[in-house]
Amino acid sequence: MNRSPLNSLIVVAAALLAGCAAAPAVAPVAMGSGDLGVVVGRADGTLTVVDTSRKQALGTIAELGDLSHASVVYGRDGAHAYVFGRDGALSKVNLLTRRIEVRVQQAGNSIGGAISQDGTLVAAQNYDPGGIKVFDAKTLALVADIPANYDVPGAPGKRSRVVGLAELPGRRFIFSLFDADQIWIADLATPGTPRLTRFTGIGRQPYDALLTPDGRHYIAGLFGEDGLAMIDLWEPQPKVRRILGGYGRGESPLPVFKMPHLRGWAVAGRHAYLPAIGRHEVLVVDTETWAEVARIPVAGQPVFVMAQPDGRQVWVNFAVPDYSRVQVIDTPTRKVVKTLEPGAAVLHLEFTPKGEAVWISSRDANRVSVVDTTSFATLATLPIAAPSGIFFSSRAARLGL
Amino acid sequence: MRATLLLALLAPGAAVAQTAGGALAASPPPERQQALVRLVRQDCGSCHGMKLTGGLGPPLTSAALNDRSVETLVATTLYGRPGTPMPAWKSMLSEEDATWIARQLRAGFPEEPRAAR
Repeated sequence: MNRSPLNSLIVVAAALLAGCAAAPAVAPVAMGSGDLGVVVGRADGTLTVVDTSRKQALGTIAELGDLSHASVVYGRDGAHAYVFGRDGALSKVNLLTRRIEVRVQQAGNSIGGAISQDGTLVAAQNYDPGGIKVFDAKTLALVADIPANYDVPGAPGKRSRVVGLAELPGRRFIFSLFDADQIWIADLATPGTPRLTRFTGIGRQPYDALLTPDGRHYIAGLFGEDGLAMIDLWEPQPKVRRILGGYGRGESPLPVFKMPHLRGWAVAGRHAYLPAIGRHEVLVVDTETWAEVARIPVAGQPVFVMAQPDGRQVWVNFAVPDYSRVQVIDTPTRKVVKTLEPGAAVLHLEFTPKGEAVWISSRDANRVSVVDTTSFATLATLPIAAPSGIFFSSRAARLGL
Repeated sequence: MRATLLLALLAPGAAVAQTAGGALAASPPPERQQALVRLVRQDCGSCHGMKLTGGLGPPLTSAALNDRSVETLVATTLYGRPGTPMPAWKSMLSEEDATWIARQLRAGFPEEPRAAR
């Protein structure tokens, strides 16, 4: 975060030189990477490269395969991004040259990934075959293949689908096994021989997880029961603890037409804002005591619950059929202060690095809206076909994104 | 707005092509069929994949559903599968809708018109 301008220039110059050496595609422009981002076009398998200062599209990177549920992590130069496609392809792209630099077909069905704290390893989390694969961030050469094996009585040797992958300090990755009710940590200090720590019986069907911005707490949402599984990674002997147990209070749950996503900054100050499964509520938990402090009624089943970088606001989008709306929670009062309708089928939102604006993708309106977080005015709209995930290069400097 | 207009123009042709395969029971009107194609590709696609090749939910390709009856598929669609993430869609889909979707899934689900994607 404290990069000096000089350092940034050197990084960019190096990136441009590397790009030119490989293939001179787009005329190199003298620009940094700090205001770059990408928007996933899920229908046509493209990324639109955007400039968050000019609020414009700069160009596209095409032929990335099946990008339904695609996610992106950034190399620490903020100019290279790794794209995880549903079809199991992993692509390394350069946002400055707008080219695919390396592409590997690494699984049959993939759901996302993470990059190590030091930026040298990229890990993909896969449904089929269930497990994670770890790659050299430069070359995408395979470094480790970690199958998510588990045994059930009478049927040993099954493989679980993997969700909630995040990097931990050191060359470590943490992830959850949806089918096995487990959380694993893979330590790749010696890349060829990963060391695994397994937490079992963590709660039924972990569907996604988040790492708090300080890297201390890993929180997995549970689909199969009311509550979340939390690990304090700073404890000498980390263990799983249930938080917000029984939040449904025995009421029959509402249908969940889309799984909430926990990744993103849901932590504002000392409180974490979390989607309730099967309830039209956002749950607020104190990250020092892990006690529930509030539940905030919202307009539908929350999907993304994301805190503004300074934590002043939390923005929420929803599952079908309530996904034309976005709601804004003011964190000091814990009240919904604004409901916006930026366009049908809102799939994702992303704050600019310091949070003066939020970019919102509206799939069925075929546009991305840039909204001022103070006045709530729409500052710009970008026409992009069926936009979904939005990922800005500021993620490069954040743990767990 | 333009995308909506194109969708409306394309819908009749697409609907004829789909019903030419031979629907036995009453089918939803063409505009509804188009909306259902979009719903299945995009919203069911959240879990089953936009290409219906599976994700958190199982694949819904014709090969994968070969041994499932239309009745089973309709029941799963409308009432969900308790103990799994599959929700009951009856608040959004009628039995007619679900039956049409089940038939299309077994036959190989239609693509969305290019303009609508």
